[in-house]
Amino acid sequence: MSNEIKPVLKARGIVKRYGRVTALNYADFDLYPGEVLAVIGDNGAGKSSLIKALSGAVTIDEGSIELDGKPIHFTSPMHAREAGIETVYQNLALSPALSIADNMFMGRELRKKGFMGKYFGALDHKEMQRLAREKLNELGLMTIQNINQAVETLSGGQRQGVAVARAAAFGSRVVIMDEPTAALGVKESRRVLDLIADVKARGMPIVLISHNMPHVFEVADRIHVHRLGKRLCTIKPDDYSMSDAVAFMTGAKEPPAESAA
Amino acid sequence: MSETPKSSRQKQDFEHALESSDSSVAQFEHKHRSLFDSVQHFLHGNPTMVPVIVLIFSIIIFGFVAGSKFFSPFNLSLIMQQVSIIGILAAAQSLVILTAGIDLSVGAIMVLMSVIMGQLAVTIGIPAPIAIFVGFIGGICAGALNGFLVTRIKLPPFIVTLGTWNIFFALNLWLSGAQSIRSQTLDEVAPLLKFFGESIALGGARITYGSILMLLIFGVLWYILNHTSWGRHVYAIGDDKEAAELSGIRTNRTLIMVYGLAGLVCAIGAWASIGRVGSVSPQSFQEANLQSITAVVIGGISLFGGRGSIIGPLIGALIVGVFNSGLRLAGVDVLWQVFAIGWLTIIAVAIDQWIRKVSS
Repeated sequence: MSNEIKPVLKARGIVKRYGRVTALNYADFDLYPGEVLAVIGDNGAGKSSLIKALSGAVTIDEGSIELDGKPIHFTSPMHAREAGIETVYQNLALSPALSIADNMFMGRELRKKGFMGKYFGALDHKEMQRLAREKLNELGLMTIQNINQAVETLSGGQRQGVAVARAAAFGSRVVIMDEPTAALGVKESRRVLDLIADVKARGMPIVLISHNMPHVFEVADRIHVHRLGKRLCTIKPDDYSMSDAVAFMTGAKEPPAESAA
Repeated sequence: MSETPKSSRQKQDFEHALESSDSSVAQFEHKHRSLFDSVQHFLHGNPTMVPVIVLIFSIIIFGFVAGSKFFSPFNLSLIMQQVSIIGILAAAQSLVILTAGIDLSVGAIMVLMSVIMGQLAVTIGIPAPIAIFVGFIGGICAGALNGFLVTRIKLPPFIVTLGTWNIFFALNLWLSGAQSIRSQTLDEVAPLLKFFGESIALGGARITYGSILMLLIFGVLWYILNHTSWGRHVYAIGDDKEAAELSGIRTNRTLIMVYGLAGLVCAIGAWASIGRVGSVSPQSFQEANLQSITAVVIGGISLFGGRGSIIGPLIGALIVGVFNSGLRLAGVDVLWQVFAIGWLTIIAVAIDQWIRKVSS
């Protein structure tokens, strides 16, 4: 069906064990260019481990991951970021006491041009603040008075916005979002879903992990159903109902033969 | 697959109500804050203002109580001189406390390195600059050992540095044979070791090089912490280590560097301490570990990490100096100086807790 189109991100037979617990049991994964791929699964199915393996937060024990056809071996989130994979973690991975601008540029700060930047590592605070403000405005996610205010003084939705804006601003190949709407109200969720559409419209493929079936069925092009540490099947939201998806992921129903992984 | 049922691709029914809803999202309400709230918010944004206010008030109060003697240039420069060593150690301590750690071994590292510098230069006869350089390297190694134990063996900083405090102290007694190196000997063999005891006279003030060194160290650390990536990473680690890790910061490497840099600052303090005391004394600065923590805490750096400015501990050390000097000039018994510092520490932490509770 999509033989000519190569996956952007592809994983084969990846395994992750934590002591005697196997979180990923020879799992496969495919993300195609420009699509929104939802990953659903019961609690403990290994969704988070899968995401962490793809974003470099955990090192896999076995298996292979390819980005644009090239094998990659991430041992830190920095590697994944350098390769263009940005992740919005469920806990957002923001430093509460630091400013919005500091957080957006954490780990990839901009240095001043010229002597001070080159030899004394002087940071270009002005430029970082300007860019941070620009990115937030671009996404229209929120109106923030002061880009230097600490993240802990923001509301939950605003914090989510900062994390999503950070990923959208710096991701060049893939954006991964782990439960981006879990902590949000109706209105903020809508903003995030619109944001996902915005990011997708730029041609960026997105991996969306969510428990919220209406959200998944609304924005996803394909749905990756994860069960017992591996991919059970991949379905199209137009072909199945939400209850089918839930049935697959909980094991109440066998997956259709043609879409089984 | 072309006849796609569009039903599932639409917004949820209940969301249609959103279209007519207020479209301004997450705006800040300009609700009227009470004066109390405003103060809390201001301090949350500027945590160093607390020690600054305390310093100003204590100078005014002791100016009244102790009279004009207190304001004499000589006395003010003397306060600087007296706090210089604790100030330098507080600078080292701040680095570690900003990462939500604590370093009980700063004083022990300093005394050990001063003994190493003294023994190398005087007993073995190595040129003083090399002896000092070896001391600096030793300071980095001692600090990095703490960092290694904290990050790789994953022990709590309190326990690690409690252990190394004793270890460094024992090494210090062993290397020195519990003997001081006298001032005259230093003058004959290695006067360079006493460099920071020298001073420049400015009016009635006697500003020692040690005092200037302390200000210099704070200036350099302020720059590093606020204007380099590494400095921002130190704050991020202290704030939330896991988040920092996920943001791509190599937290363990940074932490080892933090402890190593703290060790280096202690070693620089060791050189300055020889000038301050005038001799190399293995028994000096026994309480410096805890006094440095006091200065940091009074300076408004949170013991929980990630909050506070490096300038705070400088102010904190000066507050302790002003209290001691003021109470002494006012003829108050030394025990009340200690009493006052004790309360000041507790109040400082209470204020920190209160500031951290701020919410939007």
